[in-house]
Amino acid sequence: MSGSALDPKTAPVFPIAARTAMKDGQLRRNVRHATDVIQAKRARVVAEMPDWQELREAGKQIRQHTMENLDFYLEEFEANCTRAGGVVHWARDAAEARQIIVGLVKASGSDEVIKIKSMTTEEIQLNSALEAAGIHPYETDLAELIIQLGHDQPSHIVVPALHKNRQQIREIFQREMNLPKLGERPEDLADAARIFLREKFLRVKTGVSGANFLIAETGGVCIVESEGNGRMCLTLPETLIAVAGIDKVVPRFADLEVLFQLLPRSATGERMNPYNSIWTGVNAADGPRAFHVVLMDNARTEILADAEGRQTLNCIRCGACQNACPVYRQTGGHAYGSVYAGPIGAILTPQLQEMHHAQSLPYASSLCGACYEVCPVKINIPEVLIHLRNKVVKQNGPLNVEAFAMKMMGMIFLSEHRFRAAQRMGRMAEAPLVRRDEKGEGWIGWLPGMLGGWTKVRDLQEMPQETFRDWWKKRGTHGS
Amino acid sequence: MGVDTGAAPLGSARAEILQRIRAATGGVSNTEVARAGWTRLPREYRRAATREREAVLELLEDRLRDYDANVVRTGRDRVSAIVAKMLSERGKTRMVVPPGIPNEWLPVVVEFVVDEGLSAAELDRFDGVMTGSTMAIAQTGTVILQSVPGQGRRAVTLVPDYQLCVVCEEDVVETVPEAMARLQETAELPTTFFSGPSATADIEMTRIKGVHGPRYLDVVLVGSGI
Ligand code: SF4
Repeated sequence: MSGSALDPKTAPVFPIAARTAMKDGQLRRNVRHATDVIQAKRARVVAEMPDWQELREAGKQIRQHTMENLDFYLEEFEANCTRAGGVVHWARDAAEARQIIVGLVKASGSDEVIKIKSMTTEEIQLNSALEAAGIHPYETDLAELIIQLGHDQPSHIVVPALHKNRQQIREIFQREMNLPKLGERPEDLADAARIFLREKFLRVKTGVSGANFLIAETGGVCIVESEGNGRMCLTLPETLIAVAGIDKVVPRFADLEVLFQLLPRSATGERMNPYNSIWTGVNAADGPRAFHVVLMDNARTEILADAEGRQTLNCIRCGACQNACPVYRQTGGHAYGSVYAGPIGAILTPQLQEMHHAQSLPYASSLCGACYEVCPVKINIPEVLIHLRNKVVKQNGPLNVEAFAMKMMGMIFLSEHRFRAAQRMGRMAEAPLVRRDEKGEGWIGWLPGMLGGWTKVRDLQEMPQETFRDWWKKRGTHGS
Repeated sequence: MGVDTGAAPLGSARAEILQRIRAATGGVSNTEVARAGWTRLPREYRRAATREREAVLELLEDRLRDYDANVVRTGRDRVSAIVAKMLSERGKTRMVVPPGIPNEWLPVVVEFVVDEGLSAAELDRFDGVMTGSTMAIAQTGTVILQSVPGQGRRAVTLVPDYQLCVVCEEDVVETVPEAMARLQETAELPTTFFSGPSATADIEMTRIKGVHGPRYLDVVLVGSGI
């Protein structure tokens, strides 16, 4: 993997990227191990809850209600956050969000920032924008640090480095932290990160974070995490800048009673995240002196406008659907070409791109429904996938290869004569392309022209030498 | 990627986003509509305790231990003696405490320094921190701290490697909804929930204690009786 950010505009389409990922046995073992462990933990702590289904229903309805009244809750959040001494900014898209954040960091007088893990900052490729402006971002979440030092990309929304095992992490730390004697126990690695980052926590004056929840009623912001790096970034710097999608708002403080139960159990199989932090604006005696919130649209209003796609915005980014997805478990996250991988990525990414990019993602699913079952806010991902597939076909119009091929097939199937002729022609045309495997079976790995799309991502078996009809006719004549 | 300069003037972003939302949802939402809709949301999950009082306290102890915390129960008049014992077992001699911590909790054999706005680097040089707490949630093994006397600034309970926390039995609730209801009045204070010491599972999903926050946690659960 290169160090450049995952960008749906330039990433290879899912089927191509997945094919490469499938060849990486180590990656697949690492992903499988991690998702197995989280799934087992999740199942255990969810089974503890007799009211789990009632919580899911409440979670779904809170999110739905928020989306229906999003303008009101955002304005309410803004008013309360401002009253408490915070400064609220609005950004229509990623470029505007980057511009605001870079400007705020410069105004804080820092040329470095400490960062809390945030998929939203990944979404807008903030780190490269900061670097281009001469500002050094330090990732402080252990997984994000592994990604940053390894010039890698996140592959899971909750555990971004789950595709790396301890030996691989050790090699990265040895090289990047200059620690040739570093041990390989997980404790040794965590200790190295602690020492490496503590100096930054105590020194750097500006922090950048995402947000898990924005509380409209109080203007408060909530971040959940486990390592304490979040608390460090929220508490120690003089300036704190949080960037959040407009979908992150929740109506009232009390609604956290539902989300605090659904999120940790679904995400990491914990009964509660080791740390939850809630703060409102600035407090003279505690925490940063300047606090900014950047509310970002970046195509979320497009999704809101689509009645069937809208439920995508209910997502609380727990990652449970990724762990449950048989496709994700085989390919890992990078194949999705976006920071949002797995089932949620398959529906969110194309919509965030306003359906201009990542059009193969709605097809990156077996529609088995496992994602729907585990989703704590009951997002019907298979339903949205099918809706998006329809959109893709419609958007590409009748002239796209697939629609054209289907039309041709329809025409051929309508007449027996045409069908037989097509079969004969096919056998003749394929002859030079067929390669025999060790069992003597014929395979086609490459088709010319527009048909190449099919063989780019899968092998095609050669047509049988004798059709069923021919065999049946022969059988009739020879009486065998 | 450079800083984009081609973006539209910033002032109009707010109006434009709100306008897009209203176009998407079919109109302006107001206080009345939002409040009425919120009140109708279904809340059939558990919102109250189902256990006897003693069972709630035992559950808290159990869940805290499950998260690698060390828990001791004691009576009101025994706090400083227990604190002295725990600190000596851990070899801690110089502790930071927030202003407003009850004096009777502090044993005389240990040096306690009151935080009067110490720098992060200064906090880093203490053996540990000792505080009270606002509340604890039994079901999840969670302790809640707020920026008030006796609990202090968030940085104070974060930078030192060891934390000793006193929880009073009357502040223990069983469920998350009970805790949020009690916090409603002080919802705007800086608030921290912690469940066990700092932990990560980022390396092969192995739970490792302590990355950046305190690695060691002791809880003294103080009875309401003697
Ligand atoms: S779609 Fe549901 S399961 Fe997937 S990350 Fe979002 S909330 Fe979690």
